[in-house]
Amino acid sequence: MESITKARKICHLLLRFLAFGATLSAVIVMATSHEKASVLVFQFEAKYTNTPAFKYFVIGNSLVTVYGFLVLFLPPESFLWRLAVATDLVFTMLLVSSISAALAIAQVGKKGNSHAAWLPICNSVPKFCNQVTGALVAGAIAVIIYMILLLNSIHRVLDPLILRKC
Amino acid sequence: MASGNVEKLELSFSAVPDKPKKDWVLLSLRVLAFLATASATLVMALNKQTKNFVVATIGTTPITVSITAKFHHTPAFIFFVIANGVASLHNLVMIGVDILGPRFDYKGLRFVLIAILDMMNLVLASAGDGAATFMSELGRNGNTHARWDKICDKFESYCNRGGAALIASFIAIILLLITTVMSISKLKPKN
Repeated sequence: MESITKARKICHLLLRFLAFGATLSAVIVMATSHEKASVLVFQFEAKYTNTPAFKYFVIGNSLVTVYGFLVLFLPPESFLWRLAVATDLVFTMLLVSSISAALAIAQVGKKGNSHAAWLPICNSVPKFCNQVTGALVAGAIAVIIYMILLLNSIHRVLDPLILRKC
Repeated sequence: MASGNVEKLELSFSAVPDKPKKDWVLLSLRVLAFLATASATLVMALNKQTKNFVVATIGTTPITVSITAKFHHTPAFIFFVIANGVASLHNLVMIGVDILGPRFDYKGLRFVLIAILDMMNLVLASAGDGAATFMSELGRNGNTHARWDKICDKFESYCNRGGAALIASFIAIILLLITTVMSISKLKPKN
């Protein structure tokens, strides 16, 4: 049984807590973004539920938030860390695809698409666009931290320093 | 006499090569994943449809405008093509490493590198998928809140071909997931 030093334990816990905080803030910022605007005679409200991509982003990140919260309480030498490798992999994939989808739709909203005659909407609802950008930045940070955590959990389950065999 | 026998025994022990058994399951999975990603890339990259629209009628002659739908009109599809292209290249390189691998063995480092690269490949492929899925959903259904018209009723075969590329990419992701899990499990020391 290898001895995990106290510094490593704290570092790992801190990383998990940061990841949990990043996904939680992405969910909150995206869910509270809405703005009313009136263009010509139309009155429309921009909310995150207008687009399935943003809904997928919120649902994906909230799933990962719940998972991150549960993993925080896993004792360090438990047998379940092998399962944690697989679930970390799946949830990282979920995070990456949700942020990629939200980025794609946000890019259309900001720049429009001249070939399909889709006009950008960010000029009418700038506050909504800024909040969505903030949520996407938080999601990107969460993705990066989860990729580091994936490597970390593999390192934890398998014999550390496989390179020791060199 | 006895020492001669012992010598012969020792010689036979050292002469047995320590070759690991070739993993055919992993190799065939990688070949399938390569085929899936390559076909997704090709189908999306060659996706084009031209259609003539009647814009106005002056007198008796209608004025037609021909509009083309190509994959590089949307950044999401460009990213999809690039991501799947990189994924298929990675699968090709991994097949090469699997076949020629045991000749150049860097002790344990090779398996760690393969596992990490497989994970990055999986992440890239799933990112490309996510973007292209929601962009094509937007093209199929439009968005009434943002006043974005749907385009799939006018460009039917473009949308269908894009959908076929997406399905190939989904299959590729499942295969890549299984491959990644297998190459991570190979890191376990055999004891």
